[in-house]
Amino acid sequence: MIMKRTLLVIAVIAVYGLHQDFWFWRTAHPLVFGFIPIGLFYHACFSVAASLLMWLLVKFAWPSHLEREVEQQTSTEERAS
Amino acid sequence: LIPAIVVFAYLAIVLYIGIFAFRRAKGREKAEDYFLANRSLGAFVFFFSLFGTNMTAFAILGSSGHAFTNGIVTFGLMASSSGLVIPLTIFLIGTRVWALGKKHGFMTPVQMFRDRWECGHIGTFIFAVQSVLLVPYIIIGIMGGGTTLNAISGGWVPYWFGGAIVAMVVMSYVFFGGMRGTAWVNTFQTVLFLVFGALALVVIGVGMGGYRSAAQAMLASPALSALLTRERISPLYFFSYTFIPLSAIAFPHILIFCLTAERMNHFKRTVILYPLCIMAIWLPCVFLGVMANRVTDVPQIRAKQEARRMLATQGRTMAPEARDQLREQAAGDDVILRLLERYAPFWLAGLLGAGIMAAVMASDSQILALSTMFTEDVFAFYGGKRRFGEAVQVLTGRIFIVLITIFAYAVALRAPETIFELAIQYAFSGFAALSPLLVAALFWKGSTKWGALASTVWVALAVIAVALFQSAVPAPAPGPPTVIWSLGGTEVLSRTPGGTAVFGFMPVVPMVIVSALLMVAFSLVTRKPAAKTIAKYF
Repeated sequence: MIMKRTLLVIAVIAVYGLHQDFWFWRTAHPLVFGFIPIGLFYHACFSVAASLLMWLLVKFAWPSHLEREVEQQTSTEERAS
Repeated sequence: LIPAIVVFAYLAIVLYIGIFAFRRAKGREKAEDYFLANRSLGAFVFFFSLFGTNMTAFAILGSSGHAFTNGIVTFGLMASSSGLVIPLTIFLIGTRVWALGKKHGFMTPVQMFRDRWECGHIGTFIFAVQSVLLVPYIIIGIMGGGTTLNAISGGWVPYWFGGAIVAMVVMSYVFFGGMRGTAWVNTFQTVLFLVFGALALVVIGVGMGGYRSAAQAMLASPALSALLTRERISPLYFFSYTFIPLSAIAFPHILIFCLTAERMNHFKRTVILYPLCIMAIWLPCVFLGVMANRVTDVPQIRAKQEARRMLATQGRTMAPEARDQLREQAAGDDVILRLLERYAPFWLAGLLGAGIMAAVMASDSQILALSTMFTEDVFAFYGGKRRFGEAVQVLTGRIFIVLITIFAYAVALRAPETIFELAIQYAFSGFAALSPLLVAALFWKGSTKWGALASTVWVALAVIAVALFQSAVPAPAPGPPTVIWSLGGTEVLSRTPGGTAVFGFMPVVPMVIVSALLMVAFSLVTRKPAAKTIAKYF
């Protein structure tokens, strides 16, 4: 559990770090598909990576205990009423 | 005229959605039904409305305008950073607030803060700061509506009338439909914008003779090639900007939206798809904004380029007022409208104009959030609900919606737009600096109301200080900043062409860090809430 959480925290920090891509700062080359500057294409790919990261978080760190607590309370209230 | 007719038809549909939502409401006099759609939004509507709430005129028109001036850096600066930070905060904070709202019946962030930290008037102070930071959005939404209708109709609809129509339509569907109407309209608007944004990219590309040749021509031009790189923005500024999306979860209208989901599972799809939808909307806007620089047969765009050129070559010798005027002429917030006007057929320009109107009209959620906050945090808290009942509370909320819209319209007619554009910039930093309150409330047992008060006072003072500084020190011409204070060769405080820099960072960085430090410092030395209260949250 702790190992999984640590790996996810590292993944979040790594993706955040990848946002600061100084390596394509001053160049437009190559033009991907002949018209998209590499700096723009990189950040489009970054958006896809962010979505994958969110999928990992949902899959492995979803706070399902919160939903269970709400369901328990709702069923207790329904029984009481 | 045809585009204007299409836009009017669109406005009529939006109005009908609001009235339809009113008819569908089962508990019209219940506050939870009116302000939170009875916490029953389905996965599809929840995702698109939450996402659409963030897609304001400032985001859509402002992004293409920013890209027109600064190039492709706009996407990394504003979109891809938001694509990481916003869903992450929804995942960590939004889900917890949803669960607490379900368990304890909270309808606003301030209600939660009051309960969490056992405070009353401190909550009222937080409400006041949030409201002051939120009002400029409503005003700029009406201004954007007036400007867009005026542009789409070719001047046939005057600004004052366009603003009045947009204000009336938004007010009506929020008034009747409450949260349900607002969420449905937002969903409709977001889908419309996603579809027509892609269509605009294709149509304008074909009209310009293809993006390949446009990109090659820009690369070959010494004046334009820099726009295909990120050299106009410093890496420090770029890093600073990743703090701005922290504002999203601290915006009351976003947090209130998090309370409307029927099930927590609805958040799953939202956080996964959020970065992709941001990309789908911003990529065309940024790309078109950059490519607009290649357009030579649209006089308004040429005039902007000429103003930019003059600013770069003669800006340093000009008076600050003349420089500001030139900066305003060079601003590219309407470039997408100009491209549509030039390259899209009439009927399509109308549909695409309706798509842009959809973004411009995103002020609905802010109006509803202010109304919810006023009725819950002030009216109900100070005894109004107890004395007059829930039906009067909902009626008060509706009256508040009318009054705030009239106020916003009156201000929109009189004040220059640039003032509110600036106010929104300060508001982003302000809300980002309020985010430590949420983190402390939800993740730190040791946080106290005095920590929350210290953070909020700091945010209010810092926003005022930045605003005063920027009005006292005129923006320099494009190029190196004006250094106001340096220490041992290090630039501490500078006035940049676009704002303020503190140690080279945007003000939002020190604002967030100091806000978090104050929360920690004051909480460590003051009394914690009762163990019973803390147990409700952890």
